[in-house]
Amino acid sequence: MDHSTRAAQFIRNEARVHWHDQALWYVRVKRDKMAQSVPEWENLREIAAQIKAHTMSRLPDYLEMFEENATRLGAKVHWAVDAREHNETVYQILKNHGVQRVVKSKSMLTEECHLNPFLEARGIEVVDTDLGERIVQLAQEPPSHIVLPAIHKKKEEIGELFHRYLHTEKGASDPTYLTESARGHLREKFLKADAGITGVNFAIAETGGLVICTNEGNADMGTSLPPLHIACMGFEKLIPRARDLGVFLRLLARSATGQPITTYSAHFHGPRPGGELHIVIVDNGRSQILQKPEFRRTLSCIRCGACMNTCPVYRRSGGHSYDSVVPGPIGSILSPAQDPQRYYSLPFASSLCGSCTDVCPVKIDLHHQLLAWRKELVLQGLIPFSKRLTMKVVGWVFQNTWAYEGTGRLVRWIVPKLPRSVLYNRWNVWGKQRELPPFPKESFREMYRKRKVQGSEARNRK
Amino acid sequence: MIKVGLFIPCYIDQLYPQVGMATLKVLERFNVEVDYPLDQTCCGQPMANAGCAADAAPLAEKFYRIFKDYPYVVCPSGSCTSMVRNHYDDYLKGKPGLEELKKKTFELCEFLTDVLKLEKIEGRFPYRVGLHQSCHGLRELRLAKSSERMGNPFSKVSPLLESLEGITLVKLSRPDECCGFGGTFAVGEEAVSCMMGKDRIADHEQSGTEVLTGVDMSCLMHLDGLIRRAGKPIRVMHIAEILAGD
Ligand code: SF4
Repeated sequence: MDHSTRAAQFIRNEARVHWHDQALWYVRVKRDKMAQSVPEWENLREIAAQIKAHTMSRLPDYLEMFEENATRLGAKVHWAVDAREHNETVYQILKNHGVQRVVKSKSMLTEECHLNPFLEARGIEVVDTDLGERIVQLAQEPPSHIVLPAIHKKKEEIGELFHRYLHTEKGASDPTYLTESARGHLREKFLKADAGITGVNFAIAETGGLVICTNEGNADMGTSLPPLHIACMGFEKLIPRARDLGVFLRLLARSATGQPITTYSAHFHGPRPGGELHIVIVDNGRSQILQKPEFRRTLSCIRCGACMNTCPVYRRSGGHSYDSVVPGPIGSILSPAQDPQRYYSLPFASSLCGSCTDVCPVKIDLHHQLLAWRKELVLQGLIPFSKRLTMKVVGWVFQNTWAYEGTGRLVRWIVPKLPRSVLYNRWNVWGKQRELPPFPKESFREMYRKRKVQGSEARNRK
Repeated sequence: MIKVGLFIPCYIDQLYPQVGMATLKVLERFNVEVDYPLDQTCCGQPMANAGCAADAAPLAEKFYRIFKDYPYVVCPSGSCTSMVRNHYDDYLKGKPGLEELKKKTFELCEFLTDVLKLEKIEGRFPYRVGLHQSCHGLRELRLAKSSERMGNPFSKVSPLLESLEGITLVKLSRPDECCGFGGTFAVGEEAVSCMMGKDRIADHEQSGTEVLTGVDMSCLMHLDGLIRRAGKPIRVMHIAEILAGD
């Protein structure tokens, strides 16, 4: 199934689409206000983009530096080539420690690697501790947004879910009440956990430290009780120096949720006394993107989600329509890099309006990347033949002015003569909800020719 | 006298000839000598946006051949102008004169503002006008500041409209959201496309738009299609038609 089919299903419920659109637009507006409060905003974006570009250009050096410094601080660094190796590595560490229960703090990477089912199949209980993540985990759904995983769920639906699993009162949908109940439930889980798994927002090469940003403090909770902390990160999370952090922390929260700063930015420099810190650094297709200069900028992404909030297509088609761990504009260029066959329709799920590009705090030229992906998919032969053929034919007509003029004249002559029932048939996708444009008698060039002749006649008469 | 080569995009040529005529009129009104080379067809954007680079390339070459020797090229479409300026490198890189061609190709309002340095236009248009800021004009040509970007607001389009007598530019709740046209997107993603269009129209309705205008007839074609199907009392006009003063 492609994106347009899933989007059409989502759109069937118009009221819900409007609600979804408004909820995300609200975040976008908050972001605008917060960005406005920083006079040097555009400057910051530029610096952030350059830091990331620089890091990617010397990635092996920085990775080595990071490993060295992290190890010096007492952390243990593991490398994983793909999702499978990542999951195995995490499982082995857990097994070696005899871990039964894990609390996880939001990590899109473990989502990308499908770590939960992998561990669960091996008898380990995994609890997502971010409220939104917990909601979708209970609903047995994937997140629909990378920062607001349950943004597609109404509070009434969450109330029902909590009633079923957390035994809240039936029909209760008050967010404060529900959040409190979830907190109580999660506290239990935190207390009983043997290990905490977290994602990583920034890994600092110069110090070997990690920074994890959450709004609920769940990363801190998940790592301060259990003795074992496993941090999982894609290699693009690297930044060179501690002093670069300020640039990204200022951009991240403002872009993501319109907050001046994330509520909790937890810094980890080595394991806490008596504990263990393992860092798993994952490639999983990233080095392929790194090798392609035209797509490299994709790796600058700091996963703020702003491109989703602003994307008019995402807002109206919902995160699940992308059928991918990372949806929206950024997901539409990351996903085909991992599996072009499965995700061939995503780069076309965009009007190329460019709003994502202008909102992106690290200045990824998202809409140009989407276009570049379309080209790449055509080259790989992944676009339906009928579509290719249409473009070939139309292209040929445009190349030959006589054919273009002839076709134009013919169409403009025939269409107005056709009855509505013939014109608005089921193959006329344009006409399902829209009227066709007018089909005038004369084209511009015909009018122009006439005017020229009249003009010269008038001059001759003088 | 400034001389320009007029580029009329294929769909304006075939479906909206009056927009081409209005463009001609506007330019001639300001003493521009306009030549319309008859061999032109399409800039290649439909193919390019579909990813079919091999089919777009010959059209870029055709455009280059026809227009490279004009001192200026003017086009009543933000999106086709952006194709030339921002995407022709993909097809013509290294061709002599390409850099100049990119620099001297202008969208109509941009030409009036940046080259002719017009600050106001004589005329009367006593209506409540809703300006549709088409995305390519906005974010690829930078005809105005987009709402995502910080910094001082500017526009190369609305001051021209505002200088007309009697006109009121309405205030939209989302001033620059996409209308959902997007070329083949309008068909490939019909459901999303129409939903976006309907939302745009609702915003204009709420703001009391009588005449909806913009620099891209393609977006307007999509919105007009939705408006006429729903029988709404909003008139759709290309900005050239308003500026021509008919
Ligand atoms: S692409 Fe840019 S806007 Fe989108 S999530 Fe990444 S950093 Fe944020």
